Amino acid sequence: MTKISELKVGESLPEVKLPPVSRLDLIKYAGASGDYNPIHTIDEEAKKAGLPGIIAHGMWTMGNLAKLFTPYYEEGFVQDYSVRFKSMVFLNDVVTLKATVKEKEDHALRFDVAAVNQDGKEVVKGEVVFSVY
Amino acid sequence: MFAEHIGKCSNKVKNVVERGAVKKFAEAIGDPHPIYWDEETGKKSRYQRNIAPPTFPRVFDYGVIEGLKLPSKGLIHGEQRFHYERPLFVGEELYCYAKVEDYYEKQSSMGELGFLVITNYGEDPSGSVIFTSTSTIIITEAVRKAMVV
Repeated sequence: MTKISELKVGESLPEVKLPPVSRLDLIKYAGASGDYNPIHTIDEEAKKAGLPGIIAHGMWTMGNLAKLFTPYYEEGFVQDYSVRFKSMVFLNDVVTLKATVKEKEDHALRFDVAAVNQDGKEVVKGEVVFSVY
Repeated sequence: MFAEHIGKCSNKVKNVVERGAVKKFAEAIGDPHPIYWDEETGKKSRYQRNIAPPTFPRVFDYGVIEGLKLPSKGLIHGEQRFHYERPLFVGEELYCYAKVEDYYEKQSSMGELGFLVITNYGEDPSGSVIFTSTSTIIITEAVRKAMVV
């Protein structure tokens, strides 16, 4: 595994392609996070809210995206993590997670991060500042 | 109806970064890395214990902001950001509270949207802030009108 601190501007962490989003993924996230908003788990409730079907919790996608950085815990930590929820994630969507170095400072790397669906649409987009020890 | 709450805070609530909750959360975001749950991996790490994933603060109890009523349906999570002084440690106690940071309205193609900015704080027992978690929640005109009725 390459050290995160050795990445150059423009280089990326290995991408992760998630399996198609399943109802069970969202039920598990509801239970683990305590967010039981039924538009994420129950079809009729999603339809009542004017959605074509249940949608993933934005925080589920944001949580997944952060795992690109987990293997580097000995080198540093996620100091800042900010995202905008740009588009909805539906059942069976295939989401790919990406992080590219945007800037390097003495003790930190600034990444552009994104979760992109099967149509190439950014569903979550933001920034991570990874602080290096 | 939200602007009057700007600056208001909830009471602090003691939370524990629970081992089982961290493991369950890590699994739910598809990140079951041993640094989050395996004691041996935690002990051998620079932290000498297990840590929690950066979005884990979603699970904490931040108390109640007096008078702030949010609709149970129709809220849109627009933006989210976390700031950390260090990772969270499994087993540690944190004192958590929420503050209404801002509220403003903007005209858009979906009508006049309300933006409510709430920051959650987590302090260690000595009162140092370890993390903040800021959510921007979008409240549409239709949802606001339904609340008044």
